[in-house]
Amino acid sequence: MTGFGVLLRRELALSWGGGGGPLLALAFYAAIATLLPLAMGPEPARLAAIAPGSAWLALALASLLSLERLFERDFEDGALDLLALGPAPLELAAFAKCLAQWITAGAPLAVLAPIVAISLGAPTGLAPMIGLTALIGGIGFSFCGGIGAALSLGSRRGGVLIAVIVLPLFAPPVIFGAGAIDAYAAGLDWKTGLMLLSAYSLAALALGPFAMAAACRNALS
Amino acid sequence: MIAALTNPRAFMRFSRWAAPTLGAIATVLGAAGLWLDFAARPDYQQGYTVHIMFIHVPAAWMSLFVYGCLGVASFLGLVFRHALADAAARAAAPLGAGFTLLALATGSLWGRPMWGTWWVWDARLTSVLVLFLFYLGYMALDAAIDDEARASRACAILALVGLINLPIVHYSVVWWNTLHQGSSVFRADGPAMPLSYLAPLLTLTLAYMAAFGALWLVRIRSEVWRRRAGVLALRAAG
Amino acid sequence: MLDFDAGKYAAFVWPAYGLTAIVFVMLIADTLARARRWRRAAERDEDQPEGADTPL
Repeated sequence: MTGFGVLLRRELALSWGGGGGPLLALAFYAAIATLLPLAMGPEPARLAAIAPGSAWLALALASLLSLERLFERDFEDGALDLLALGPAPLELAAFAKCLAQWITAGAPLAVLAPIVAISLGAPTGLAPMIGLTALIGGIGFSFCGGIGAALSLGSRRGGVLIAVIVLPLFAPPVIFGAGAIDAYAAGLDWKTGLMLLSAYSLAALALGPFAMAAACRNALS
Repeated sequence: MIAALTNPRAFMRFSRWAAPTLGAIATVLGAAGLWLDFAARPDYQQGYTVHIMFIHVPAAWMSLFVYGCLGVASFLGLVFRHALADAAARAAAPLGAGFTLLALATGSLWGRPMWGTWWVWDARLTSVLVLFLFYLGYMALDAAIDDEARASRACAILALVGLINLPIVHYSVVWWNTLHQGSSVFRADGPAMPLSYLAPLLTLTLAYMAAFGALWLVRIRSEVWRRRAGVLALRAAG
Repeated sequence: MLDFDAGKYAAFVWPAYGLTAIVFVMLIADTLARARRWRRAAERDEDQPEGADTPL
């Protein structure tokens, strides 16, 4: 278990250290939240209706930001080779990377999400639900995003390519999360949505590292 | 028969006659299907728009069928490290994307007069849209990686991940629609279809499948030639 | 015998068929062009008979 601890600590340091930690993702998130009323028109009723959903969507997009760097730095300076050959399985290293990404970016975004939603006009009672779904969904975004990042290693296109690959994978958590928030707001059964979201995130967490490791090995070959 | 699928030389021999044959079959069935299509009389329910159904349903079916072929080829290429399977998977993607685009577009054109809306976020349509996005992502990944072997493996991993994801997407929208009970569900089938409708539908579906078969084989042949050209060029240079 | 009178649905039905035709033509054209191009490249570079050691 200490091997994993070392890996995780390294990844946390890397993702927090380079470029101000979560600030970039948070700033991006805030920027989208600002643009939204400008695009939709400031009419409060309309904004309030789409507020929770848009907050969720912007969260997904902000998660894409730090994905490109996830494997690329190690790939370029040879550290990924070492990780692949080292004592710990590459799957564990991939797991540590995505977990660290969630801790340093996903979780802060999840804290910002209710604030963004409320600033767009969502009822304050929704705040805990939005925060919770953002936190759980963030795991799904991190681990699915990691798959896209690993697959596009060594390719020419980087960031945009990752987004295009990953969008179909983001669809279920977006649907489950936004649906859970909607259900909560309407007083319907929100627990199912939350469970489905959790199941998806858990599946991504459990299975994603295998796909990521395979993709990394492919890129290193 | 298996040799034709595994040995490149045997495959080239097989596809040399199989591809044109499938093309001819596709043409004949296509013509027959279109004739049966416009010979069928619109019923009071669907009106003339039923003629869109005859080219929508085969396209929708093909978009999924091609994905299945792509998935199987990807799996075989990944597990057995077989270049021909890899080539087959990558060759299928643009064809699948074309069928999916047709399914979406004809579905929209059918939906507007039939159900009054160009689009609805029900499980079936949303899944097909996500499938289209998957095809685009797959082709983008293929184009972005220069090394052919690496591109094949990366695409194969993406294909298998996507294969797991698509039913989840479908289910997620089904669940979502149970929350929003207002949404109607497009029904491509409805009451039992009369024979005059079934005949063109099946004929055109078979025509589409034969066309896919022919085009797929030719595209795989292109990949084999491309590989040969690359190898020979290397040999000549070195 | 064949019914081509679309009535008010013409604006939907004929674009659907037109689009289908266009997509098919594009797919066929691209497939055949691709095949021709790589076949020529493979045959052009063939100045020696292929031995059994062709790596494929």
